[in-house]
Amino acid sequence: MESVVDLALLGLLAVTAFGVLHLRNLVAVVMLMGIYSFLSAALFVVLDAVDVAFTEVAVGAGVSTILALGTLALVGTRQKRHAKSPVIPLLIVLVTGGMLVYGTYDLPRWGQADNPVHGHVAPEYLEMHVPLAGEEGEVLEVHIPNIVTTVLASYRGYDTLGETTVVFAAMVGVLTLFVGRRRPRRKGGSPADDDGEDGAP
Amino acid sequence: MEFLGLFNYWVVIFLMMVGFYALISRGNLVKKVVGLNLFQTSVIIFYVSTGKIVGGTAPILIEDDHGAAEGAAEVLYSNPLPHVLMLTAIVVGVATMAMALALVVRIKETYGTIEDDEIQEQVLADELHEGARP
Repeated sequence: MESVVDLALLGLLAVTAFGVLHLRNLVAVVMLMGIYSFLSAALFVVLDAVDVAFTEVAVGAGVSTILALGTLALVGTRQKRHAKSPVIPLLIVLVTGGMLVYGTYDLPRWGQADNPVHGHVAPEYLEMHVPLAGEEGEVLEVHIPNIVTTVLASYRGYDTLGETTVVFAAMVGVLTLFVGRRRPRRKGGSPADDDGEDGAP
Repeated sequence: MEFLGLFNYWVVIFLMMVGFYALISRGNLVKKVVGLNLFQTSVIIFYVSTGKIVGGTAPILIEDDHGAAEGAAEVLYSNPLPHVLMLTAIVVGVATMAMALALVVRIKETYGTIEDDEIQEQVLADELHEGARP
């Protein structure tokens, strides 16, 4: 059953991605990206990644869409009809995709419990019990039943520290781009110089 | 079922290639950022797919009748490690996207357009102008 839902959601994702590529109204593109995020969140629930699913909904479908809409308010919503020939990009994409598909034949089949990915540290994370001091039985080493939270905040806490650093760096970058800017260099086609939507997270 | 075993990976590759194509063939800078976003989401779907065990459940320990958490010996849990790594990737992806969109807004302010061929024309015209000046 979960395989069927998985296939259906993947099909919808593929159709949405194609729509994103094809449409030239950028507001519609951003809205389709929101739909795409929700579909992928549904897929993550089917794939048992519930934490990833609600992060994707909050950050991917929520924050990203707002940032993109704010940008569109400043840069306009029409994409010019592209004059370039699509042959070379198509060739590059087909060759790359072909090589990647060829590579998948060496991958272990999806969803098997004895895949190599399940063998390394993951079982240890699931079995982190320590004996209860002075008593019978054992308790979790980190007292949280959600293993994803445990790994994120405790065993791999430095990853999260690095992530926070990246978010901070991005925020500083966005602020540097927008604070103290000069007037537009060119006459005509310059947008109103407001500081409302600056894209800061 | 041999076909289904690789289907997830093939769809991931399709999504990735759609994003890649949008990135290299479309001249609009916002479309390029969106293509990059598609590419990134496909990688996330790939990682989460590898963590799935068919018939497994989310990696949140289930308590037995006595209130003690049941380990991997009793219940089949999907692999939590790819989930953790992808949580980080999603947030970092949004941070880089905010940065990219901020750059797009600045480019629009400077050149008055976000189509890469028009920007290139203006840059070339500027260089010619600079060269003609004594």
